Amino acid sequence: MSHNGTHDKLIYMANQIATFFTSQPRDGQVAGIADHINHFWEPRMRNQLFTILEEEGGKGLNELVIEAAKQIRRPAVA
Amino acid sequence: MSLVHEIDYGTPASHSQKTVTLTVDGAEVTVPEGTSVMRAAMEAGIQIPKLCATDMVDAFGSCRLCLVEIEGRNGTPSSCTTPAMDGLVVRTQTGRLKDIRRGVMELYISDHPLDCLTCAANGDCELQDMAGAVGLRDVRYGYEGENHVFPAAKTNGASNARFLPKDESNPYFTYDPSKCIVCSRCVRACEEVQGTFALTIEGRGFNSRVSPGMHESFLGSECVSCGACVQACPTATLTEKSVIEIGQPEHSKVTTCAYCGVGCSFKAEMRGEELVRMVPFKDGKANRGHSCVKGRFAYGYASHQDRILNPMIREKITDPWREVTWEEAYSHVASEFRRLQYQYGRNSIGGITSSRCTNEETFLVQKLIRAGFGNNNVDTCARVCHSPTGYGLKSTFGTSAGTQDFDSVEQTDVVIVIGANPTDGHPVFGSRLKKRLRQGAKLIVIDPRRIDLVRTPHVEAAYHLPLRPGTNVAVVTSLSHVIVTEGLFDEAFIRERCDWDEFQDWASFVSLPEHSPEAVEKLSGVPAEAIRGAARLFATGGNGAIYYGLGVTEHSQGSTTVMAIANLAMATGNIGREGVGVNPLRGQNNVQGACDMGSFPHELPGYRHISDDATRDIFEKLWGVQLQDEPGLRIPNMLDAAVDGTFRGIYIQGEDILQSDPDTKHVAAGLAAMECVVVHDLFLNETANYAHVFLPGSTFLEKDGTFTNAERRINRVRKVMSPRNGYADWEVTQNLAQAMGLGWNYTHPSQIMDEIAQTTPSFAGVSYDLLEREGSVQWPCNEKAPLGTPVMHIDGFVRGKGKFIRTEYVATDERTGPRFPLLLTTGRILSQYNVGAQTRRTENVVWHEEDRLEIHPHDAEQRGVCDGDWVKIASRAGETTLRAKVTDRVSPGVVYTTFHHPTTQANVVTTDFSDWATNCPEYKVTAVQIAPSNGPSEWQVEYESQAKQSRRIAAKLEAAE
Ligand code: SF4
Ligand code: SF4
Ligand code: SF4
Ligand code: FES
Repeated sequence: MSHNGTHDKLIYMANQIATFFTSQPRDGQVAGIADHINHFWEPRMRNQLFTILEEEGGKGLNELVIEAAKQIRRPAVA
Repeated sequence: MSLVHEIDYGTPASHSQKTVTLTVDGAEVTVPEGTSVMRAAMEAGIQIPKLCATDMVDAFGSCRLCLVEIEGRNGTPSSCTTPAMDGLVVRTQTGRLKDIRRGVMELYISDHPLDCLTCAANGDCELQDMAGAVGLRDVRYGYEGENHVFPAAKTNGASNARFLPKDESNPYFTYDPSKCIVCSRCVRACEEVQGTFALTIEGRGFNSRVSPGMHESFLGSECVSCGACVQACPTATLTEKSVIEIGQPEHSKVTTCAYCGVGCSFKAEMRGEELVRMVPFKDGKANRGHSCVKGRFAYGYASHQDRILNPMIREKITDPWREVTWEEAYSHVASEFRRLQYQYGRNSIGGITSSRCTNEETFLVQKLIRAGFGNNNVDTCARVCHSPTGYGLKSTFGTSAGTQDFDSVEQTDVVIVIGANPTDGHPVFGSRLKKRLRQGAKLIVIDPRRIDLVRTPHVEAAYHLPLRPGTNVAVVTSLSHVIVTEGLFDEAFIRERCDWDEFQDWASFVSLPEHSPEAVEKLSGVPAEAIRGAARLFATGGNGAIYYGLGVTEHSQGSTTVMAIANLAMATGNIGREGVGVNPLRGQNNVQGACDMGSFPHELPGYRHISDDATRDIFEKLWGVQLQDEPGLRIPNMLDAAVDGTFRGIYIQGEDILQSDPDTKHVAAGLAAMECVVVHDLFLNETANYAHVFLPGSTFLEKDGTFTNAERRINRVRKVMSPRNGYADWEVTQNLAQAMGLGWNYTHPSQIMDEIAQTTPSFAGVSYDLLEREGSVQWPCNEKAPLGTPVMHIDGFVRGKGKFIRTEYVATDERTGPRFPLLLTTGRILSQYNVGAQTRRTENVVWHEEDRLEIHPHDAEQRGVCDGDWVKIASRAGETTLRAKVTDRVSPGVVYTTFHHPTTQANVVTTDFSDWATNCPEYKVTAVQIAPSNGPSEWQVEYESQAKQSRRIAAKLEAAE
């Protein structure tokens, strides 16, 4: 996948969410990020996120996003 | 049909709990203490003659027509200024009173032209009525003497120094001084109702005249053309030009303004299907009989020649348009959408609902998308304005809406206005707020710009915190810092209503030294002492209310700021009663409604998440389809997906995303990448330049429905004329749905509301019958609150316990640097509305011919820019040109503009940064550079020619419709 605008934007958005939750109490941070992405990201966007995580080793992503990935729902259909 | 009649009680209602009982002409009447004798008489059905009194303003007692006799008192007091008291015995009609009244009227008429038959107010003139009421039969004085009526003396032709010519400078009303009776109703309306103080009575006695400002024309004065004076005037002195042109109306219906989120109620006064004038409705619970220039006067767009009345199609966006029949248009769209879904998958199409259309229409569009397209790719323009409100308030309080009604402001003692400019953006609320401030409530303004409220006649903000754009979170959190560290929080309230552990966590967070005013001063530029003072005032000044607007939401930390505001209100115990609360000032007329109706891709109507099985089940059973349980794409995501090739078709009802959304070039690229763009609107808007199908829309005058305003108030919209395009918007959506194979069969919008009530708990009690009876209701309206809910969270928060959330300030990535050293922020002005598609097609252009860039004298001088010069404004996203306005309303380092005109293309400059939670774009902060320029930028020139090309209509259908 090429590094087009959408790809970079997605990383940026995920990191923005992580930044907010970084300031929240410790125990809720990871769940908060996963929950937010599950609630608001369309499957296409979550798929792209998994691609970034799996094929690019999560390059550019905030560590909390990487940790949260385990709790992010994998879309049923691509 | 007839005119909706409203009784003029002569003086305003008293809200006292105590009552008094008196006798008027033998009838006993009980009224609240503080009521005038005149009003008490009217309550008993007795109309005392009057001229200078009207119930929209306080009594003045100048005309001496309303005299009465009171047993045991000498003389003949005026009933408008005499308070009713226990045991008074009042007589309104005696020989003595009759004589005095006739004498008074005789004097008035002797200085008034007798052209009643050809006067515009004929049939609607109180002077005429009173002459009739008092039985005036002849006038003994001639016109030879001193008068204000004739330009020259009849006898010798000498010019009459007292005569003043008509002032027709205002585009909507005229001022004809020869008909003025100097009752001062207009002056009082301008002061008390509108709060502008544009009019004065100059001179005394026979010399006194009404004057806008100091002998100015209306247009040249401070006047904001709200029309309150025109409405107050008992004669033809101040008259709507439309009445002069058309004549008096013969029937009227109550409806709701389609401009802003205040949601003013109007009587649309008609003659046949021609709209004669709009008159604000006294019983309108949002506006209480007032309006602004847009709602009252700016409806000319509805009959503007630019309106497109026939559907049109084209193969490519470079082709000219071809008019087609409705059937052809529907079947074309249906087959294109089906083709795209077959070729690129079910999720390759979507739609956008409109905040200008009715709840019913919005509900249908999201239904078409969820049930017909079979996906959740629906979004609405609230994405670009108030989506952070929904997210922030839901997280903290549990509902995505403001907590109060507008009446609540009358009980407020301290008001914070943050990131909003109510006198321009929400004028009628602005007037109601100013009224409260003149009564002594205190004001704190948090805004980068010195908005009008900071200092206007008889109003001055206690604190103005002119923060650097983008530092809202820091400043609001710092207010909480002061309140917590100085022990000013409301512990009892917090213990009872909120989660105490969460409060403690939050309290220790805000108490950190980095949130102290001294630390925040360095980021925000706001003096620490001002932050401290404002915090103390808010925490200790009595009922505290917060009103905020897009200056809060349109930031990369928009949602966080909303939470910070909610925290502040909870910490000070300012939730759950009259006079307090958190109040988003919504932009467009039905933004609230569009959000309520499930316009967001993750939510079904009533803010219920799409992943919730029980909610989906309700709709699946009723609609007989299976709904996707995954959130759909938001507008920015749709555009991204379009550029990526996975999103190919869109149905856009009543929105102009190309002009209203940030980063115009990206929006254009997204639209250009799609294969079927369907625009459903009144005009060929900017987005339509990229459309393949155009479906003509209808105006609010042409359909039935409801709008929901910023107070959650559901107001009726009533059809007063047939749609010029043939169909109301809900009918068009229904026909399109039918073409796509859906078996819809609504025959009236009330049936759609019934479906909303049936599926959405917060609307369970709403029906057109109820609205007919009550006028309007505020949701939640259900079994627990059968007449709706003016104030929310009274006995507890909707979510249970109020939730305090930490709000860490994160500087936006949009930073100034050597290349782009200034911060651009955007806003709006009174006479224009949003992208201006409607207001630009009315006479309102006299107040705002173009967008201007406000720049501080210091910054202007550095760059060699003078007032009125063309300047180039450039950001990393693009550049555009407009003319400069040099003013110290903005701080050094900050520039400001509006975005009402498409040629300005302000959004070419705004970037694609957005709120972390909702993707609401960061309109309010863009790093820019300014330089002198000679004219339009390359993009502007290119855009103009593309737009012109794109608007060509080649083939016209023979018979329209
Ligand atoms: S139109 Fe409104 S602002 Fe203008 S003079 Fe009349 S009341 Fe005042
Ligand atoms: S303009 Fe009308 S309202 Fe004003 S003083 Fe004259 S008659 Fe009265
Ligand atoms: S634009 Fe807003 S304030 Fe003005 S009349 Fe309409 S609803 Fe009222
Ligand atoms: S109406 Fe009372 S004095 Fe004019």
